[in-house]
Amino acid sequence: MTALATESRTAPSRFAWFAADTWVVARRHLVRLVHRPDELLGTLLIPVMAVAMFGFVFGDALGAAMTVPGGEYREFLLPGLFALTMAFGIGNTTISVASDIRGGVLDRMRSLPMTPAAVLAGRSVADLLTAAVELAIVMALGTLLGWQWHGGVVALLAAFGLLALLRMAFSWIGILLGLPVSGPEAAMKYFSLLFPLAMVADTVIPTDLMPTWLSGPASWNPLSATVIATRNLFGNPAGPATSWVAEHATALAVAWPLAITAVCMPLALARIRRIAR
Amino acid sequence: MNTRTSTANTRPAVRCEGLRKSYPRRGVVLDGLDLAVAPGTVHGLLGPNGAGKTTAVRILATLQRFDSGRAEVAGCDVASDPAGVRARIGMAGQYAAVDEVLTGRQNLVMFARLHHLRARAARLRAAELLERFDLEAAADRPVRHYSGGMRRRLDLAVSMIRSARVLFLDEPSTGLDPRSRNEVWEAVRELAAGGTTVLLTTQYLEEADRLCDRISVMNHGRIVAEGSPAELKARVGGSLDDAFLDLTGRPALLTPRSSPPLRSPDTSRGPRDGMRGVA
Repeated sequence: MTALATESRTAPSRFAWFAADTWVVARRHLVRLVHRPDELLGTLLIPVMAVAMFGFVFGDALGAAMTVPGGEYREFLLPGLFALTMAFGIGNTTISVASDIRGGVLDRMRSLPMTPAAVLAGRSVADLLTAAVELAIVMALGTLLGWQWHGGVVALLAAFGLLALLRMAFSWIGILLGLPVSGPEAAMKYFSLLFPLAMVADTVIPTDLMPTWLSGPASWNPLSATVIATRNLFGNPAGPATSWVAEHATALAVAWPLAITAVCMPLALARIRRIAR
Repeated sequence: MNTRTSTANTRPAVRCEGLRKSYPRRGVVLDGLDLAVAPGTVHGLLGPNGAGKTTAVRILATLQRFDSGRAEVAGCDVASDPAGVRARIGMAGQYAAVDEVLTGRQNLVMFARLHHLRARAARLRAAELLERFDLEAAADRPVRHYSGGMRRRLDLAVSMIRSARVLFLDEPSTGLDPRSRNEVWEAVRELAAGGTTVLLTTQYLEEADRLCDRISVMNHGRIVAEGSPAELKARVGGSLDDAFLDLTGRPALLTPRSSPPLRSPDTSRGPRDGMRGVA
């Protein structure tokens, strides 16, 4: 056996190790995706179906029925579906974390001289990069339906940034949900709960067209802020900006995901340490 | 079969004294466990389901905390220096803890990187381990196409990335067919011959008899007997089977677990019959 060069690096800082470990874990998830691109399907199925159903099948009828001010329904719809895509990525996150626990991969990583936080951070980084691919696919479909962005490049990048923030928040919710789950099957039940949560927002229908008791909660749904803000950035029609949420959409689209992450990330890290009990 | 003699004067590679652990729901799992494993030996923790074998090994591998007592692995205190322990051990749980979608080589390189080997060193180490565990031909195939024995060997290879001084194996042959089991035993023997201390849990007498230099019989969270396979047999003047029944009050062959261990699937278990007669 050849001698090992394990200790050969000149002691990098703890953070450097954390970053390196995070990237190794993230790359693992991305390599998985190259082997099994069908794992994206779970995430993409609903947004792609939504593009087909709301955009193609019901698009004209819905557009005629609610006359979105300032434009066409499909232009209004697509940013909602982009945010929906970010939200549905949570299923992939939760299943992946739960499978790693059941399969013993998490235990193995915990018995290595690496920081356990990197296991979760790596998952989150992989989620963000995967989300970029998913977003590109849904955008391409949207473009086929006639969606386009009318803003400048800066506005486009800002919109991507807001969607990435939203995905980060959902990534940490997914990690937190996946950690105590006894297996991927149990993780699936959260996924079905997500469906109404993602629809009761400013995603496919403007909140002011919902029953009044529902429009309040719907506009406070974290998805709504991101959807309205990205509609503005893409230059797509955004419905009447009458509510407080709509007026402060951009600020909320930053604040909501940061607040969710600030709550879920420490809880997830505490939970992974508590597994040792 | 095991002719190596335990080196009596050296410090134990694994030692625990009065180890206690209880859970709110399961109650007392470890009830004052005392254990000393001589370096370079294969030591078996033999016992029925629920005896506390897995908990003991998980505690020693720093995966779980314990309530009281002392534990030391490779000269490092488990409670106060878990990082020191982690740097010196390898661990293979009851299920091959590898990524099913990745290839064998990709798994090895990834875990080597997480062991903080440089990229080149990780690739070299992966190639070396693939050869040593006879997995070269399957190296670039996804693990989900591997046989049970190949998975286990890959799992062993991953746990040996850092040439661990002490290797913990939790039921290394559970769910394997006889041929795969022999492959795994062969790999474990080679590791021990290379100087690695192996502590394994098993509920199979045959495995304990043929693989271990010493056996600690465990029941209700403590050691009820210890010795070489020959010594244990001599004690009851019969087979190891009789010794097991005598010590634990239970026959050695067990029906599949009624309650699966924490966070473990119970689907891939092979039939338990067909092991009798050899022990």
